[in-house]
Amino acid sequence: MTVTSAAPGRRTRPRHRPPGPGTGPRPAVLTVVQAGPAASVQDLGRPGMAHLGVPASGPADRRSFRLANRLAGNPEDTPALEATLGGLAITLSTSRHVAVTGAPAPLTVDGVPVDGAPRLWLRAGSVLAIGRPWAGCRAYLAVSGGIEAERVLGSASRDSLTGLGPDQVRAGAEYGLGPVRPVPAIPLELAFSVVPHGGPATVRFRWGPRHELFGAADRHRLTTTPWRVSAQCDRVGARLTGPPLAIGSVDLPSEGTVRGAIQVPPSGEPIVFLADHPVTGGYPVIGVVTDADIDLVGQTLPGDELRLAPVH
Amino acid sequence: MTATSGKTILRRAGDRGWLIECADRHPAEVATSIRAQLWASGLREVVPAATTVLVVAENAAGMGKLAAGLRTVLDGSGAHRTGPPPGRRIVIPVRYDGPDLPEVAERLGLAPEEVARRHGAGEYRVGFFGFAPGFAYLDGVPESLRLPRLSSPRPRVAAGVVAIAGNQTVVYPGGTPGGWHQIGVTTTRLWDVTAEPPNRLAVGDRIVFEAVTP
Repeated sequence: MTVTSAAPGRRTRPRHRPPGPGTGPRPAVLTVVQAGPAASVQDLGRPGMAHLGVPASGPADRRSFRLANRLAGNPEDTPALEATLGGLAITLSTSRHVAVTGAPAPLTVDGVPVDGAPRLWLRAGSVLAIGRPWAGCRAYLAVSGGIEAERVLGSASRDSLTGLGPDQVRAGAEYGLGPVRPVPAIPLELAFSVVPHGGPATVRFRWGPRHELFGAADRHRLTTTPWRVSAQCDRVGARLTGPPLAIGSVDLPSEGTVRGAIQVPPSGEPIVFLADHPVTGGYPVIGVVTDADIDLVGQTLPGDELRLAPVH
Repeated sequence: MTATSGKTILRRAGDRGWLIECADRHPAEVATSIRAQLWASGLREVVPAATTVLVVAENAAGMGKLAAGLRTVLDGSGAHRTGPPPGRRIVIPVRYDGPDLPEVAERLGLAPEEVARRHGAGEYRVGFFGFAPGFAYLDGVPESLRLPRLSSPRPRVAAGVVAIAGNQTVVYPGGTPGGWHQIGVTTTRLWDVTAEPPNRLAVGDRIVFEAVTP
């Protein structure tokens, strides 16, 4: 190899601080009591690396994630926890403000229900638990100061497709907490999560880049079918079921894909790409869900009805 | 949603994206030309693939202006093939003792040493990255070594494995599944997520494999 890159290896930060012996202040730690079916550490991901095969990743519902950090007084890209279908319970070694946004879900502190305020003061040693959401599927938990997690390629986002980033969140995992931050004095009743949840959802999309490969009848069918989100939905994408489009097998060389891409495999049932989507794909993309509406797709559950509305 | 100008076709790819059909130009060159523009700092992604380049802007405002800028790059004077192709020449030492080498040789009707010689005699071009982080598709496998992929991929391939399929060869970044024919291995790390940058290869680089004895 003739290229002599002198670039030093980037050291990754330890996942949690070692217990501090001696006289120093006790490190502030978040401990996961219960992880639920699928919880992960997220920040705003790894944009700008798709040309190296690295997915952008980041929260499935970016709007709710950002709101959680703002409520906790953190910069928007501070690492926080994404809980899927609830089941996440945590405790802190030191009292802090925490914010919970996204899918509305029952919250308890030490088993006692707390009201729907998106921000609360969690005392050291108390256990905050997020139950199964009433609607939507993903809740975000941000702690004042943020959690400290391993960064890979500059991001603490767990990418479920490639495994980049911190390990999946498990019971017993500990994360150091950053320096406490003052929380903003905003009326909390205005800080509800703006992504609507539950019931039929209309999602806007733009045609292209490969809609011309589809016949007029199939393009019409895409926009008139009440699609249902299938059980095959995760952070990579949401598969929709309904009367299939007649695309069949199209010989298309792999090309770059974006979050929101509505890819149509030979089965004719569309897949909407979410946060951990592959950076290239070979199935034709008939349209792309708008930036404004893709967070909503990231909140859908199997069985939810989705209508696709074109914008021009 | 599809904007045509001369040979350049731009296809809309969402609020913030244009997909460029590269026609007779190599996507790697197109991507390099785009990145060289002053306004390219406002782009989030420039993703060359087999025949296209995907361009994603930081925000949705000014997509028409972006299209005009892209057309200028693609149709303007800078669009013609002049001078040497971009990219460095990189030599990668390979030990040709991969587990698939005997079968590859048999299917091609060649001696294993001859497969290694022909693979090592070529010059390859980094076409694009895809499939997995650090997975660089290297174009230019000689006609006489072209085989379809394995019928069943291996679940996990180690970093440094050198493999071929069709007209492409690859040095596996490690940890991915793999359906290509494994003919050798290199100790050179081409992809390292703890390094800055993580990639030793860039799109457009020219690659030469140099046989080393086991």
